Amino acid sequence: MGFGPFLFLATLEGLVQASVLVLTAVGLSLVFGVMRVVNVAHGEFFMLGAVIAWFVATNMPGDPAIGFIAALIISPLAVGAVAYVADRLILTRLNYNPEATIVATIGLLYVIQQSVLMTYGADARPVDPPFYYTIRLPWFGYSSYKLFVIAAACVLLGVIWFVLKRTKWGLLMRATQFDRETALAFGIPVRKVYSFVFAIGAGLAAIGAVLIVPIQQAHYLMGLDPLLLSFTVVIIGGLGSIQGTIFAAILIGLSDGILSVFFSPTLAKIVSTLFVAMVLVFKPNGLFAKAKR
Amino acid sequence: MADVTFLKTKDLKCHFGGIKAVDGVDFTLEKGEIRAIIGPNGAGKSTFVSLLSGRTEATAGEVEFLGENVTRLPAYKRVRRGIAYTFQITNIYKDFPVIENVAIAVQSRLSNSGEKTGAGRIRAEAEKVLARVGLSQFAERKAGELAYGHQRLLEVGMGLALQPELLILDEPTQGLSDSEVSDFCDLVKEIAQNATILLIEHNMDVVMTLAGRITVLNQGRILAEGSPEDIRANRAVQDAYLGRGDE
Amino acid sequence: MGAGMMKSLILHLAVLVLLFLLQFVISDYAILTLTRMMVLGIFASGFNILFGYTGLLSLGHAMFFGAGVYAAGLPIYHFGWSVPLAFVFAIFMSFVAAVIIGVIALRTVRDSFMILTLMLAQAGYLAILYFNRETGGSEGLTMPQASRSFDFLGLTIDLTDAATRYNIAVLLLAITIVVSFILIQGRYGRLFNAIRENEARTEMLGYNVLTAKLFSFTVSGTIAGMAGAAYAILFGYIGATFAGIQYSIEALLFTLLGGAGTLLGPLLGSILMTTLIDRLSEVTSAYFLFLGLILIALTLWFPKGLLGTIKEKWLPWLT
Repeated sequence: MGFGPFLFLATLEGLVQASVLVLTAVGLSLVFGVMRVVNVAHGEFFMLGAVIAWFVATNMPGDPAIGFIAALIISPLAVGAVAYVADRLILTRLNYNPEATIVATIGLLYVIQQSVLMTYGADARPVDPPFYYTIRLPWFGYSSYKLFVIAAACVLLGVIWFVLKRTKWGLLMRATQFDRETALAFGIPVRKVYSFVFAIGAGLAAIGAVLIVPIQQAHYLMGLDPLLLSFTVVIIGGLGSIQGTIFAAILIGLSDGILSVFFSPTLAKIVSTLFVAMVLVFKPNGLFAKAKR
Repeated sequence: MADVTFLKTKDLKCHFGGIKAVDGVDFTLEKGEIRAIIGPNGAGKSTFVSLLSGRTEATAGEVEFLGENVTRLPAYKRVRRGIAYTFQITNIYKDFPVIENVAIAVQSRLSNSGEKTGAGRIRAEAEKVLARVGLSQFAERKAGELAYGHQRLLEVGMGLALQPELLILDEPTQGLSDSEVSDFCDLVKEIAQNATILLIEHNMDVVMTLAGRITVLNQGRILAEGSPEDIRANRAVQDAYLGRGDE
Repeated sequence: MGAGMMKSLILHLAVLVLLFLLQFVISDYAILTLTRMMVLGIFASGFNILFGYTGLLSLGHAMFFGAGVYAAGLPIYHFGWSVPLAFVFAIFMSFVAAVIIGVIALRTVRDSFMILTLMLAQAGYLAILYFNRETGGSEGLTMPQASRSFDFLGLTIDLTDAATRYNIAVLLLAITIVVSFILIQGRYGRLFNAIRENEARTEMLGYNVLTAKLFSFTVSGTIAGMAGAAYAILFGYIGATFAGIQYSIEALLFTLLGGAGTLLGPLLGSILMTTLIDRLSEVTSAYFLFLGLILIALTLWFPKGLLGTIKEKWLPWLT
């Protein structure tokens, strides 16, 4: 295989990575943007989404496609419900104080992870993709499912964009994000908005996870990498900025795959972690922040 | 020896994006004055004094204090040179005892002037300050539990404990009762014996009682400046501000 | 010295004397675990200077503990340095690390500060894994037998002896408590508290808040590093886990449980939590679940921790 096709393959793989990452990171970004909450348990919502997808797909009789579609619906709803309850039971009572919230979400991380370990076990388990068709390209065959993942992510981003910009719900969220006090004064039910945003953020991570389990197996420790990557993306894209997040997710998803071809994965992680840390220090509004209002 | 101007600003500007909060102010203040700054809401009064105290960075222009350019100095260094600021929205250490609030300020002054900062000395000085603002009886109470008027006094006390050259009071009488206001005026007159005072105030009675001179800001610029009588008689001021009735 | 300060001093000295005397009555196993608890207590005490007193939540304090562990362990292992020299060197290196990291991290505030410290610590942890030829990676390295005993000021100190290790830990704990006591009772204590309570106000009272925060960060990191160095030397083992996120979280957990902003809180938290984990691991393998539940419960119902609550309700003079 020549360099051109090789780069093409790497780009495709990178885009698949980016698709899942963008959904997960937008979830994290939404929560941070609207609620100013740093959710350390976000990766566990991702993991929970994958594990629930496995449960649903395994217990659904008939064609794998039916199981997959069921998982795509049930998993985000279930994870969203868990997040909603967590917000109601814990975060609201902490009044979203930054320190207390971050400590509580660290606690939540352990609780979710260990609960899954006790029920689901320590094994990694695969989910069947809904279809197996392989697209023959002149240089290599490529899984049509992976292309589906990219398409699905694009569609979902379109939906998110529509909800944020064109619906009453999006307006409420943006108003709350812009100025909490004023939103309260205008009678926006800020607490309710918060709980829903927290649930939606977690649900987005779960969707990302459902899309990835046919490619990558479900495992109780799989939440850490998406968490760190999402943080990376959200910081580079600018804390709380959705457009920046999308842009950064594509950048990171693409470069992550390409970087790990040239460097050892550990070194790549060290370099990218330090890079992100420096972005946080020197460009706190993200790499692309230019016209700040 | 040429007299050094106490405080002077040259073409001072502060823009937030498109909003010109302070837009080219030339201002001088002489030592020993009680100066009031008045103006309609949004005139840039608070931003202007924030620029003097260093809480907000100037977009352009200069601030000169006791003959030195302090425009680029961070806030804490200006405090050390004698510019004390009391907050418009009461900003005290709510969970600490009243005396501790003042003690923090006393410690700052003593250690910045290279004096001893023994616990006994700090406490004694803090007690003196509390006596001056009339809060001695509440010394051990949690500051957040004080009545609103007393919290305002504590705020002033913290400024006083710094023994500043210039004390900036940002709407100090807001929310005080009439009797509290009159006590407050007495306190300010007493403080003015050894400090210069710059006062943002909406209550025109307070302004007329206290201020030797008045500066009127409107839309980020100086509209007029003069004695209380001049300002009362000034047509432009009446149009922009006084004519709108009591704030 | 005020009456409250006197009481507090007597209490702290009494606790230290009690810890010293305990070695004559408790079992060998208890001596071993208590040694470990005290070293971790020192680590958490360092964390507490920054979090409890100054109000800055670092989620990466294991980087300083790890710095101490490796700055002490690597020279002993690779160059055969003497133990006291390695110990002093490790404290110095932790100090340097704390100054450098502090200068960088303190440019950020609140959420960003927490994420940044977390990421820097993660980079440090990954670096230990990356240089696994030198550091032993996650498997770790066991200190050579020769370093387990050394001569110091004419005394022969045998680190394989449990009582010796215990007494060294008590000594280091005593140094930590006394230094922290002097620091917190003095003008820096007042300044740190002021920053925690209301940073903007403190700046407007003429304090250089950034320098004060850097000072707190440095003291905090250096103490954490000293604890790491002590751990490596006393137990003769170094490994990447000591620099991992779990140790950062443990420092936070011990401090929250015992009481942030009290000098003995972190030690108490360390003793209670370690005991609890020991007991739990006899019953269940999922003790991390309890760790999570305890973290949530503490933030929800018990934010001041044990000693913090006692201080608030009954003993206002407690430091």
